[in-house]
Amino acid sequence: MPAVPSHPTLLAELVLLAIAALLATGLAGAVRARARDGRVLVYGACLVLCVLLALAGLAALAVPPTGLSLPLFLPWVGARFRLDPLAGFFLFVVNLGGAAASLYALGYGRHTAEPERVLPFYPVFLAAMNLVLVAADAFGFLFAWELMSVASWALVLAHHHEPRTRRAGVLYLLMATLSGLTLLLGFGLLAGPAGDYSFAAMRAAHPSGWIAALALMLVLFGAGAKAGLVPLHVWLPEAHPAAPSHVSALMSGVMTKVAVYAFVRVAFDLLGAPPWWSAVVVLALGGGTAVLGVLYALMESDLKRLLAYSTVENIGIIFLGLGLAMAFRADGDAIGAALALTAALLHVFNHALFKSLLFMGAGAVQTATGTRDLNRLGGLIHRMRVTSFVFLIGCAAISGLPPLNGFVSEWLIFQAILLHPDLPQWGFKVMLPADGALLALAAALAAACFVKAFGIAFLGRPRSDAAAAAREVDGFSRAAMAGLAALCLLAGIFPGVVIDALAPVAHLLLGTRLPAQLAVPWVSVVPVAAARSSYNGLLIFLFVAAASGITVAAIHRFASHALRRAPAWDCGFPNADPITQYTADSFAQPIRRVFAASLFGAHEDVTVPPPGDTAPARIVKTIRDPIWDWGYAPVAEWVERTSLTLNRLQFLTIRRYLGFVFAALVVLLLALALWQ
Amino acid sequence: MMGGFAFDVAHTLAGLLVLASLTMLYQNRLVALINVLAAQSVILSASVAWQAHLQDAPDLFITAAIALGFKAVFIPWALRRIVVRLGLHREIETVVGIGPTMLAGMGLIALSMEVMLPVTSQVDPVARQDIALALSVVLIGLLVMVTRRNAVSQVVGFLSIDNGISLAATGARGMPLVVEISVAFSVLVAFIVIGIFLFRIRERFDTVDSGALDAFRGDRR
Amino acid sequence: MIASLLVQGGQMALVLALAPLLTGWVRKVKARLQRRRGASVFQPYRDLRRLLGKEVVLAENASWLFRVAPYLMFAFTWVAAALVPTFATGLMFSWTGDLIAIIALLGAARFLLTLAGMDIGTAFGGIGSSREAMIAALAEPAMLMIIIALALLAGSSQLSTIARFMDSPAVGLRVSLALALVAFLIVALAENARIPVDNPATHLELTMVHEAMVLEYSGRHLAMIELTAALKLLLMISVIGCIFVPIGLAVGGEGPVGTAIGLAAYAAKLVVAGALLGTFETAIAKMRVFRVPNLLGGALMLGLLATLLLFVSKGL
Repeated sequence: MPAVPSHPTLLAELVLLAIAALLATGLAGAVRARARDGRVLVYGACLVLCVLLALAGLAALAVPPTGLSLPLFLPWVGARFRLDPLAGFFLFVVNLGGAAASLYALGYGRHTAEPERVLPFYPVFLAAMNLVLVAADAFGFLFAWELMSVASWALVLAHHHEPRTRRAGVLYLLMATLSGLTLLLGFGLLAGPAGDYSFAAMRAAHPSGWIAALALMLVLFGAGAKAGLVPLHVWLPEAHPAAPSHVSALMSGVMTKVAVYAFVRVAFDLLGAPPWWSAVVVLALGGGTAVLGVLYALMESDLKRLLAYSTVENIGIIFLGLGLAMAFRADGDAIGAALALTAALLHVFNHALFKSLLFMGAGAVQTATGTRDLNRLGGLIHRMRVTSFVFLIGCAAISGLPPLNGFVSEWLIFQAILLHPDLPQWGFKVMLPADGALLALAAALAAACFVKAFGIAFLGRPRSDAAAAAREVDGFSRAAMAGLAALCLLAGIFPGVVIDALAPVAHLLLGTRLPAQLAVPWVSVVPVAAARSSYNGLLIFLFVAAASGITVAAIHRFASHALRRAPAWDCGFPNADPITQYTADSFAQPIRRVFAASLFGAHEDVTVPPPGDTAPARIVKTIRDPIWDWGYAPVAEWVERTSLTLNRLQFLTIRRYLGFVFAALVVLLLALALWQ
Repeated sequence: MMGGFAFDVAHTLAGLLVLASLTMLYQNRLVALINVLAAQSVILSASVAWQAHLQDAPDLFITAAIALGFKAVFIPWALRRIVVRLGLHREIETVVGIGPTMLAGMGLIALSMEVMLPVTSQVDPVARQDIALALSVVLIGLLVMVTRRNAVSQVVGFLSIDNGISLAATGARGMPLVVEISVAFSVLVAFIVIGIFLFRIRERFDTVDSGALDAFRGDRR
Repeated sequence: MIASLLVQGGQMALVLALAPLLTGWVRKVKARLQRRRGASVFQPYRDLRRLLGKEVVLAENASWLFRVAPYLMFAFTWVAAALVPTFATGLMFSWTGDLIAIIALLGAARFLLTLAGMDIGTAFGGIGSSREAMIAALAEPAMLMIIIALALLAGSSQLSTIARFMDSPAVGLRVSLALALVAFLIVALAENARIPVDNPATHLELTMVHEAMVLEYSGRHLAMIELTAALKLLLMISVIGCIFVPIGLAVGGEGPVGTAIGLAAYAAKLVVAGALLGTFETAIAKMRVFRVPNLLGGALMLGLLATLLLFVSKGL
């Protein structure tokens, strides 16, 4: 372990050095972007540095918090950095994702058309995310936050030739600015009248109820906009898919987690005790986001956009867990809060794993077929064997199926809900069971969504020539995806390891922790007491493996071995065209009809020509996005109208401008006079 | 233990009353809706009788008998006659789908609990839960009236509101028999008025209804 | 240790052995109610043997997933069934997963089945898979609401603990339990593709769900799928039995007498439940597919109402 007692800040210094090295790699990327070795140099260096940083994050979980002050940024303030278990955990998650993405990019980066638009910004993006995690004052935090936004924005615009990408870039920039602004205001409130922007000072100050609530809501807005909470999610499904796939993996799998970190840092660390109803807000937003996100995903037929919407869903699940933790904390139940917080952070870890994996798989599909449109894919399982297998693992994990990791975190959140849904506040009594139902709904819909994603893209028969001619991707990409898939399985079988690793975080934020899981016999997960509930991923895995093994052995011993290949039976319909297969849209039709008819105004117009008419029958599907139509479109319209009106101000005479200045002066003087 | 049992029975009956209200939201056939109303009235009279037994108030037995006679037998019978005579054997046109309506119903139940339970903390548990659940029955009755186009189903909603009020009144152990009888008769009068009204509607808008029937094909939205 | 291992192993073997018999029993009841003589209750065993002896006719573009799925589905369902206390609570590995895990295991089996339905690339497979996904999307939240209500009452989501609580006098008379039972029955019908949600007896109906997904299966693969379906029916009935009718459940390692009583009670429950199911299926018509969401939504509402009413009765 690097924590030598005589030099306690060594770990923090190492982390900062690695971040500086990442920034330097960005510089090198700018210089050598066009060179042959540029890709290997940049991604190789990022891989090494990310592994180092991930190890440092692990180490930080085990040692007491260390602080560090450097004379950077504003000379009379300096920059403060701090490495504590919370930052350590997120460092680990971020750099695990970063390392996997870099490994993937060693192969995938070959297909980048304009490397000079990716290579310089990729390391800077990684560095900025790391910097957010270790910053210990509002200046450094916001600087790193904005750097993260700008670097990722530049990466989104890597394919700037497509108009849709440019639109995504504008939208992203707008929302990122808004998010930065609200965070700025939030920190301003937290700093209080003394104006000390260090986190230590904010921690010491205990703002009164309303100030705390307002600050929390501002930070929820700022972090939520970055993470993709509904209704602030609109940019996410535009921007995340627009970037190259390894960057999409980073943005969806990792950057959203940095936003979660920001919220956790403020809500659980910096703020003393926000009023209890703020937990209700977070719970409502989390539950709503989870269900709406996955419904959007189900309506989608673009593979990467589907994944991006599913990120929205998972962010909802994470915030639901965080809201539970806040509710329990407001109620004085530290164990419950620790359980919910651990569950949420475990889901952070899990989602980083499988969402990175799935985005990489989507990138592989795009490389192999040149399209992300599910309705043009199909049958890839025969041609991309490794990719399809690991993608299947990712799909099962994100659908919350045992014995994989997604189930464990969702199970823990359910356990937190079941712990005692009868909190004294009636707001919680109604909210907690409702959130349980929403979470189950989201999980079931997610399973449907990923059956659709995998079933349409990889199973069935190819729906286009490109899909029929697909080839397996390179070794680096496969290695990165296989590594993540293995981690999904391991984290599902041995969840106790991750839960125990999270114990210092819960202890830091809540003063208590879950019982040590590794001490339980048979490595079960027992959140509270064995009589209440327990889950054993290892045994489930072994049982399923043994049961299927015994069955296969018995069948092959006693049953017929005969096997004949023949055309599909299909109730006797001969030789149907691949176009008769279900598509992504038709697969989602029943769910669309049940859930989206009232929510999204989805409906189908079927036109069948009368008998004898040779015109084709038509089916037209319409879906409206209520959040865009009722939330964003009016605002955009208002801004447009106002700016058109104000535009006239540009064409006035000097005399009138002087008149404005004069009037403003007089009004201000009047205000001053009245004030006194 | 006896207190617990008394509470359990009262709670079960009140819960069933709410369940009957929710079932009304689920039903989309007129006759079934009327049957649910009859069932709800039977539950109500059982609930009132249990209250009478608990409170040792014989006049409440009369209330229960009125509920059973009027609301569980006579009015449903009359309504069924109306449905038959008007030829209304078909699905009720709902304004919104069943799913959202049921969700709204659950929301109303939660709301009435949220409102009623904190303010009645001084009252004894049986009355307290009766009042909270009665409010939700009343609100769901209103919801039935709002979300149904058909006038008969609006009558049913109105009568279920009355059931909710009776539940609250018996739970509050303050309502004199006279008031209950007069309420019952006013409901009866209202019922007769609405019945006459229904026939008038039928006379005037006869063609409109059957036109709607022709346009109705399958369950396409 | 050895004894409890034996009981656990016996339970796994028992559910496997009884599952086809239960299916045969339900079919027999239905046949008698329709004034047919019906096949023997042992017919499902013969069907399985016949299927196991036949060759597999595999569609030309079937992938490895299509061939692996039946075995994995069976394994997931079998493991789930092993976690349910059928005749005794507190079995050796009953702490491996709670009710949520059991439902999730069934969900994993369904995930594989829906994928297998799409593997050949025919319209029938797609229709079955997409409708199954819709039904699951409603059945799972309803199930969870029921679990929340039960856990609120029993203080646990572990089936053994719930069963023991329900067997104790602490339960009292609760309307919430009745609501939860009705909701559970609806969900169980949907999960097992029974009437009124789906018809297990026909291939010839356009609204078919489960049968459409398995249309391309044959031979030993189909045998595994049939066995899985039978096992799932047994599992659901066992869960209902151990939660709502926990009479006679033996406590793990209680000795031969308790175990014998447990076994007898379990057999009686299966007979009664099978007869009830057969009667119900004969009496009711299959629903149009887009009426099913209303039914399952109703189950969800019942679960939610059960929870809310529990809050009222416990909060006073």
